[in-house]
Amino acid sequence: MDFYHLYQNNYLIVAVFLFLGILLPVVALTAGRVLRPYKPSAEKYTTYESGIEPFHQSWVQYNVRYYLFALMFVIFDVETVFLYPWAVAYEELGVFALIEMGIFVVLLTLGLVYAWKKKVLKWT
Amino acid sequence: MMEDLLYAEPGWTHVAIFFALGAALLATVLGFVTYAILAERKVLGFMQMRTGPNRVGGRFGLLQTVADVFKLLLKEDTIPKLADRPLFILAPVIAFAPAFMVLATIPFSENMQFANLGVGLLYYVAVSGISTIGILMGGWASNNKYSLLGGMRAAAQMISYEIPLVISVIGVILFAGSMNLNEIVRGQENIAYIFLTPIGFIVFLVSSIAELNRTPFDLPEAESELVAGYHVEYSGFRWAFFMLTEYVYLFAMASLTTVLFLGGWNPIPFLDFIPGVIWFGIKFSLVVFFMIWIRGTLPRLRADQLMGFAWKVLLPLALLNIFVSAAVKELFL
Repeated sequence: MDFYHLYQNNYLIVAVFLFLGILLPVVALTAGRVLRPYKPSAEKYTTYESGIEPFHQSWVQYNVRYYLFALMFVIFDVETVFLYPWAVAYEELGVFALIEMGIFVVLLTLGLVYAWKKKVLKWT
Repeated sequence: MMEDLLYAEPGWTHVAIFFALGAALLATVLGFVTYAILAERKVLGFMQMRTGPNRVGGRFGLLQTVADVFKLLLKEDTIPKLADRPLFILAPVIAFAPAFMVLATIPFSENMQFANLGVGLLYYVAVSGISTIGILMGGWASNNKYSLLGGMRAAAQMISYEIPLVISVIGVILFAGSMNLNEIVRGQENIAYIFLTPIGFIVFLVSSIAELNRTPFDLPEAESELVAGYHVEYSGFRWAFFMLTEYVYLFAMASLTTVLFLGGWNPIPFLDFIPGVIWFGIKFSLVVFFMIWIRGTLPRLRADQLMGFAWKVLLPLALLNIFVSAAVKELFL
């Protein structure tokens, strides 16, 4: 039962930290609302664009390269999800699992090399 | 005391005690941030043969940052009319909350620590990833071309460097056989992991500087091309929270580097009469100083070099490091 309590307490602390992390901005911004001046004028609320009148919205179609990097990120992040448990259990699994993991990593590296050759990693 | 508390049945008294201790840590971290900013300005000043802040609070400018914080608190808060108001307000909070949450699992010494999570390292990696959303959200909600560009760059950079960062620590997990940060420190009683996985350490250090958006990887907020990056439209205390996030992550990342590679609170042989907290503090300060030193030394990278470096140099090195570490474990341990 003790370990169950340990588990509960640990995540209780995490919840308390989350609460504190939200509480600080709320308190600070509320205190600021009382202290700071409020003198609105139309010019203050225009969007900054190096001194010229802003034109168009900035929510436009974006360079596809960011999307490709996001895809690569998902692939390799999922890879780490497999690598972490393997690394923890390495003692029990032994050399056979090491070789298997080698094959797994080589396959993913092939994917990286493919992306490299396709110039996905080149930022132009 | 923490041990007894952790094993006792949880209740509202626990919540109150954890809240008080957490608030104390928050105050400590805010104190650290205040003086880390001053230290950074001073050290950079000396490196560039200037004196740095020397007016407010005596010859060393000891109250400079405190004065800056009060100035920010008293500044008028502007939210552009064209901005996405709810997201604009939410973004600094989403960026800041995870920065503080990750501190919950970091052990500062044998007795000074909060949650003793079994998946400590994974928790750190997972929670710190949420801040990227806050930064991207801030950049997008401003409806400003500079900030959108800065936010997009920040997101692309942070996810690209997160891959080498998380893969480089696999060597450490291999040696410790656990993701619990306490177990990892205990595994380093004889030898710190920096000596066992030097490649992993270098990859981790470089990608942690990139994750923190610090020079030479500070493209998201490159003043010369993007004005200030994702927080162009932010002013007053909302802006302060983005800055605070950055420095709280500096605290967290320096602590994590200490715990993972430098042996945490373990002493150097023959000097074990010095308490663990002080050892932790020394190693931690070394890492922080190194980060400032790098900022004073290296110029900013170009955007194309930045992405290429993460995927073409650091990622293959990190993958190689897994098998080098496994070989070291098989042969020497």
